[in-house]
Amino acid sequence: MDLSRFEKISETAWRVAPFGGMRAPAIVYASEDLMKDMDDKVFDQVTNVAKLPGIVRASYAMPDAHWGYGFPIGGVAAFDADEGGVVSAGGVGFDVSCGVRTHLTHLTRGQVVSVQQELADALFEHVPAGVGSEGEIALDEQGLNAMLLGGAQWAIEQGFGRAEDLDRIEESGCASDADPAAVSEHARKRQRREMGTLGSGNHYLEVQEVVEIFDEKTAAAYGLVKGECVVTIHCGSRGLGHQIGTEYLREMVISAQNYGIDLPDRELACAPIKSELGRQYLGAMRSAINCALANREIIGHLARQVFARFFEHGELPLMFDVSHNTCKVERHAIDGETRQLFVHRKGATRAFGPGHESLPEALRPYGQPVLIGGSMGAGSYVLAGMETSERQAFASACHGAGRRMSRHAATRAWGGRQVVDDLRAQGIIVKSPSLRGVAEEAPGAYKDVRAVVDSAEAAGLARKVAFLKPLICVKG
Amino acid sequence: MSAGGDHAVNGRWEHFPHDADIGVRGYGATPGEAFEQAALAMMAAILDPATVRREQTIDIAIEAPRLDLLLVDWLNALIYEMAERRMLFGAFEVKIEDHHLNGRALGEAISRARHAPAVEAKGATYTELACVEERPGLWRAQCVIDV
Repeated sequence: MDLSRFEKISETAWRVAPFGGMRAPAIVYASEDLMKDMDDKVFDQVTNVAKLPGIVRASYAMPDAHWGYGFPIGGVAAFDADEGGVVSAGGVGFDVSCGVRTHLTHLTRGQVVSVQQELADALFEHVPAGVGSEGEIALDEQGLNAMLLGGAQWAIEQGFGRAEDLDRIEESGCASDADPAAVSEHARKRQRREMGTLGSGNHYLEVQEVVEIFDEKTAAAYGLVKGECVVTIHCGSRGLGHQIGTEYLREMVISAQNYGIDLPDRELACAPIKSELGRQYLGAMRSAINCALANREIIGHLARQVFARFFEHGELPLMFDVSHNTCKVERHAIDGETRQLFVHRKGATRAFGPGHESLPEALRPYGQPVLIGGSMGAGSYVLAGMETSERQAFASACHGAGRRMSRHAATRAWGGRQVVDDLRAQGIIVKSPSLRGVAEEAPGAYKDVRAVVDSAEAAGLARKVAFLKPLICVKG
Repeated sequence: MSAGGDHAVNGRWEHFPHDADIGVRGYGATPGEAFEQAALAMMAAILDPATVRREQTIDIAIEAPRLDLLLVDWLNALIYEMAERRMLFGAFEVKIEDHHLNGRALGEAISRARHAPAVEAKGATYTELACVEERPGLWRAQCVIDV
């Protein structure tokens, strides 16, 4: 990106003053090196978001920001309903509430490595992954509605999880004010056989070793111990969320003019929060959030079933579950006044700092866990929300490494078999139904996740707690 | 990546890069042919369309206020049919009159072993969306697919 278009506020914060219809400034949090590597489209997109009605304070981009749809991936923006604020289907995206959860195993690396191949095979066999895979759970209309209203709470009532998990999921595992009536017949049909499926692309289930601790006290509170293993799951709301995104995006594109909204980019399609379409979308999107929360709870349950076959104490307590693609109603302090805002996070993680009322008691003094997925080879990070997170970007942080190479370029650079063999030589077993899919997700296709989390920490978004390296990776 | 079309003289498709996802672009002598090629480009993001047997035919009829919006609707209709029917498609026929599209997708049930699809198409987006007549007799239809 051309840095001359930004005012440098600090080593990791860059501001664009409002111009050409922007109602607020745009701020990107990243190191100079990451900024230089970012696509110019990030500039266009983060400034376009600032043109939407009712935006509060600024349009933000996280250190892993890259070219998205309307919003940059890694975009954060909050809107005030009382000031004509909007909700944007493009600002949430197709994979509503795509997110990450990490379960503790309290198993040592040695225990996992002793059964590494068998465990990898069993996880791959038991957790449906990849295009065309189907879950075991068939939902009738009544069951589907209950799932859309109940989220992870519903999954636990059905026997797919444990009550104590709810404390470790945003909004206690259930987005309130979901409206299943706003979910179309097509979205419902698309989900019929997809409960408890991982999906494809960058979705995964990994068994990871905690190889480095940066913050002993917080790691201890989170239950992370160096040399022990965790299970991390990345997936979202599956076909139901994709269909809701598709349908409401179309309706908002066509209706924007009727609401007097001049869209700088059609993908920013939105509707006033206080409009019928806005209300319908919020009800449908919250249903999709619940679908994603239920889906991750079920996959966590499937992982527990597999671990119980191999280990006597395979309980896998849930450390935390975060969502990336959401619009949530939150209270934030703006110029000394607490206001209710609709916070869009597109490829960004909520990162409440220490003391936040929504955090479970055991985690409250340390801040919210922020789970950062890296590539199959580079590893992942656990971060924690900081005191400064709130004033930086409505308590938000990055969500991953971000791609540095297109899928097509990755398949030209690597073969899937080669990637699998290279990772095996590093002690990582990859299981996937598609070698081409593995090549597209090759570690070299992603940016350096360390640079991203270092920037997030330096910018006061979230601080480093632990670094995780994969031992097993089940890819969709 | 590109390939020749099945029956269109100017028909061909290609991918164009997007940071996280994939751009699909089809060329044809008519908007309908360009839509057919764009659909092939979308399938080629998932697998080699030539490996898909033409065992079943799915008919699709849609309309939209503009040609470019019709392209997004067409690709999203295919994504829906693939997901709901657990199918993959390898060939397409499209006729467009006055922003009404009558299309046909030919394909078969997914075989995870034989097709080994790389990614799932989540949705066709309005990003880089265009349906334009580049010169007389050559239409270009394109957008980015979220995968």
